[in-house]
Amino acid sequence: MYKNIMQYFENTAEKYPDKIVFGSNDAEITYKNFIEYARKIASVLIRSGLTKKNVAVFVDKSVNCLLGMFSSAYANACYTVIDVESPTERINTIIDTLNPACIITDSKNKDVCLAKTGRTTLIIEDMLKEDADDTLLAEVMRKQCDTDPLYVLFTSGSTGVPKGSVICHRSVIDYALTICKTFDINSDTVWGSQTPFYFSMSILDIFSTIVSGATFYIIPKICFIFPLSLIEFLDKNKINSIYWVPTALNIVADFDTFGTAKPKYLKNILFAGESMPVKQLNYWREHLPEALYANLYGPTEITDTCTYYIVDREFSPSDSLPIGVAFDNCDVLVIDEENNCLVEDTVSEGVLYVRGSFLGLGYYNNPEKTAEAFVQNPLNKMYPEVLYRTGDIVSYNDKGELLFKGRKDHQIKHMGHRIELGEIETGASAIDNVDRVCCLYDNVNSEIVLFYTGSAEEKTVRKSMKAYVPSYMVPQKCIKLSAMPINMNGKIDRIKLGNDYLK
Amino acid sequence: MQEFLELLNGIRPDVDFENTKNLVSGGILKSFDIIQIVGMIDDEYDVKVPVAELKPENFDSAQALFEMIERLDD
Repeated sequence: MYKNIMQYFENTAEKYPDKIVFGSNDAEITYKNFIEYARKIASVLIRSGLTKKNVAVFVDKSVNCLLGMFSSAYANACYTVIDVESPTERINTIIDTLNPACIITDSKNKDVCLAKTGRTTLIIEDMLKEDADDTLLAEVMRKQCDTDPLYVLFTSGSTGVPKGSVICHRSVIDYALTICKTFDINSDTVWGSQTPFYFSMSILDIFSTIVSGATFYIIPKICFIFPLSLIEFLDKNKINSIYWVPTALNIVADFDTFGTAKPKYLKNILFAGESMPVKQLNYWREHLPEALYANLYGPTEITDTCTYYIVDREFSPSDSLPIGVAFDNCDVLVIDEENNCLVEDTVSEGVLYVRGSFLGLGYYNNPEKTAEAFVQNPLNKMYPEVLYRTGDIVSYNDKGELLFKGRKDHQIKHMGHRIELGEIETGASAIDNVDRVCCLYDNVNSEIVLFYTGSAEEKTVRKSMKAYVPSYMVPQKCIKLSAMPINMNGKIDRIKLGNDYLK
Repeated sequence: MQEFLELLNGIRPDVDFENTKNLVSGGILKSFDIIQIVGMIDDEYDVKVPVAELKPENFDSAQALFEMIERLDD
């Protein structure tokens, strides 16, 4: 087993040097050239003293972004991909937590990078002019351990400060190999990528590609707005595998896209990130009956997903799709409130915990949140063994498959995004003439609803939110109240608000 | 048309729908906005937008959208 993901990448490049590894509408690059460019950039990073340091990659979703990520891996630095469209304040909260030693950007993004971060940067096009230094690269590889961090990936934080999950090379190597084995990902696979590179779902298709010799295409965002152009893109590039959020699959179904055009090559249809509604799944299955459909589940803190369910029977719209069983070399435990470990033939619910090498190292620069979520296995009193506590409530069905039942806290999934309602509340509280806030999620209409008191106008509040939270967190409805209902504990009565306003 | 502009503003209050001519080509409207606009057109005008009309040209301005609605209403 190798200890740096780049060793796998090099191995694959030797087998398929002239095959396209990554492509988009604007650029395409072979395995051989990508490795060559990554070695040049990595050499600059090493010379700049960035080995074992944090670097931010401020590039939009593109081949250049991947170049920034993999060059960092080659230099044994730890990268964080920044969402270039995020509001300045949020980007700076992340950068303040991370305190990266440098920011990598490219000529297309450098002006926005400077405007939003105020920091100096290393520019990809400039770094490509330097020569690679094989001696330096070999020395870094020699000292590497597979437990060295590969990236930090930020997710919504309930107090308004995003949490950075630190993931090491070993977890990503383990996960990528398991995915290839489970879904038979190989050099014939062609991925069509939908998810951003700052989301954990992107780990699956990117890293399964480089260990297997597959090809990975970035689907332009516009394809998810105008579905016929999506089918065109999928067919043009002979895409046979996708791993999307259900929202993206729903867009295709809701517009009856397949009534006009059907993708010719799709064989593997994987999804995760939120519950897949059965109605839309059945639409896909009706039109593409030969494809493999799989529901994957897991939090960012354990690399990407920990369980999977390959759809093997019919479901009706009122059913909920199982989240399935643990991947190979991964284990999940369902533990109830009395610390009993529930086994497959019990009927009650419990919290899901994850065990194994997929587990991340913890949250960056946040020992408190890390200790809350990464806990000692309550069933093991003999030696340190870390479990990740997901906070998700699950139960087993009569087939031994896990079912997702809900959450006890205020984390929601909206359009495939994991969002802490508290982060939206913190942003709203910062707006002028807004006093008290409470954010709820309307599951029936898939809408984020913000209640507030204060003199600000509803339209103004909604517009102002854009300065504090990413666009997918902006509430669909802002409702001004003359007063907030308060419960017996003196806290905002969220339940009453839900009962009064959301039906 | 004025009423239509107000309905659009209800979906994206931060966008100048009266004067902007590159709503899609300029990357201003996101996929969720398009879904909401199509839903609004169904609710308010009783017009269902077929997938073949889901083209950048039809969504680049409020004027283009309004013309599409009138065309589909026939």
